[in-house]
Amino acid sequence: MKKCIDRIYNGIIRENPTFVLMLGMCPTLATTTSARNGLGMGLTTMAVLVFSNLIISLLRNIIPDRVRIPAYIVIVASLVTVVQLLLQAYMRSLNDALGIFIPLIVVNCIILGRAEAYAAKNGPLESAFDGIGMGLGFSLALMCIGMVRELLGSGSVFGYTIIPEEYNISIFTMAPGAFFVLAGLTALQNKLKLPSATNNGDNGSVLACGGDCMNCSGSACIANHAMIETRRLQAEEDALAAKQKELAARQEALSGKLDRKDE
Amino acid sequence: MAGLLNVSSSPHARSGVVTSHIMGDVIIAMIPAAVFGVYQFGAHAAVVLLATVLSCVLSEYLFEKLMNRPVTVGDLSAVVTGLILGLNMPPDIPVWIPCLGGVFAIIVVKQLYGGLGQNFMNPALAARCFLLVSFAGKMSSFTWTSRVPASIDAVSGATPLAMLKAGTPLGTDEITAMFIGNIPGTIGEVSTLALLIGAAYLLARKVIHIRIPAAYILTFAVFVYIFGKQDAGYVLAHLCGGGLIFGAFFMATDYVTSPITPAGQIVFGVILGILTGLFRIFGSSAEGVSYAIIIGNLLVPLIEKYTLPVAFGKEGKRA
Repeated sequence: MKKCIDRIYNGIIRENPTFVLMLGMCPTLATTTSARNGLGMGLTTMAVLVFSNLIISLLRNIIPDRVRIPAYIVIVASLVTVVQLLLQAYMRSLNDALGIFIPLIVVNCIILGRAEAYAAKNGPLESAFDGIGMGLGFSLALMCIGMVRELLGSGSVFGYTIIPEEYNISIFTMAPGAFFVLAGLTALQNKLKLPSATNNGDNGSVLACGGDCMNCSGSACIANHAMIETRRLQAEEDALAAKQKELAARQEALSGKLDRKDE
Repeated sequence: MAGLLNVSSSPHARSGVVTSHIMGDVIIAMIPAAVFGVYQFGAHAAVVLLATVLSCVLSEYLFEKLMNRPVTVGDLSAVVTGLILGLNMPPDIPVWIPCLGGVFAIIVVKQLYGGLGQNFMNPALAARCFLLVSFAGKMSSFTWTSRVPASIDAVSGATPLAMLKAGTPLGTDEITAMFIGNIPGTIGEVSTLALLIGAAYLLARKVIHIRIPAAYILTFAVFVYIFGKQDAGYVLAHLCGGGLIFGAFFMATDYVTSPITPAGQIVFGVILGILTGLFRIFGSSAEGVSYAIIIGNLLVPLIEKYTLPVAFGKEGKRA
């Protein structure tokens, strides 16, 4: 069970598909004109993702390796058709708002990515929970982007008007606004340092300065040079010591040989 | 003893040219247009100019303070950005819109890319386009209070460029009015005369070189002559109308976003001329200078790559 909860945490925070993995950018940018559309797109994708992960995980030992991608596509496409028919039947307005992007879920990189990276290698339960986590992360991200764009662009949140129409900045409901908001929220996510796959602190860097390029404004350059210099000197000294040691050992061996010869 | 061995790295001889001097010259060159704009449109135009300059300088100061970067307000580049943006505003715009534009110009277009010298687009123009897309109605409504006492108080009329677009022929009187600046339009672009005075100052001070503006204006004139109407008055009206002169001398010549190679500058001007002509004659809106310069800005790295002069001695080795 702990593993399942970990998958959900992983999907929402550590490997958030939108803000960390940067997957599925096309629907992210295109459908987030309002919070409702964003959430709708996220949840639709999540429904497909959970079942595709589950089915692919169940079939992972049957699907031949060489034709796995077509096989995944067939599974995903069937699920998308089901979801689209359901949306057409019960949520007509959302279906109309999302339009072409519902059939396009078939080629969504998050779904194929998770199938390839997780469901094809793990058990059905974990895979399903991975789908839930990723889907929740995607929905949450899309809803946040949609909320900001809707608030700035049309002055409302989930359809409730907050800012009078006079002050609406309509560029935010258009394509450039999507890029602004996505970039802004990603930067915020990185700044707040929610531990994620892209900012796991300073461990594992081979650079002398610690490799924290995100917070380095270049002013640390002199300090870095000094640090690199001391490291280089240290390394040279070590090499010299090792060489001397080797030399001494060889000399000893040689003298030992000579001693033996003398005897 | 230590003083005798004064060792320093090159350059040993420095010129007195610093960013703040150049920017100061650009500000001086824009004063005639600004003064004329205030004279033409009244006190609100002055408020708009002040608002854009203040919002640009303040957002630069606050952003750099908050990000712990050296504060570069002193180089006056933010003032120039604010002034250009303000001169690009319609005179009766609500003041908060130009303020928003100033914040966008400095923070999004300039500082997020690394500050002065790193921005790949002219901040003032990018902000103008941002505002134009966001507030299409307010940004293109030009009411204009005529100074002739007998006439009506305020005229909300088409700019000469919009009239040209609609196919209304303009006579000599109208073209003279456009040259002097007695027409509706944005604060800074109306008076071709005032802009040319500023441009002459910039050229005399060698702040800008004639290459970009000349290539731009000539190409545009030829383009309009070929694809528009074969009529001198029509071409002249296109040259004096809208932001062409302002764009050619003050915005296309921005050091950061224009090529540094001489050949590249001419190529840049020609591209701008063709784009502006395309937008004005075949596009849906009457004006196209801002979009043309912004697209030109994006092409600058490519232009520079292909117009880099060959170093002496390497002539034969170029592949």
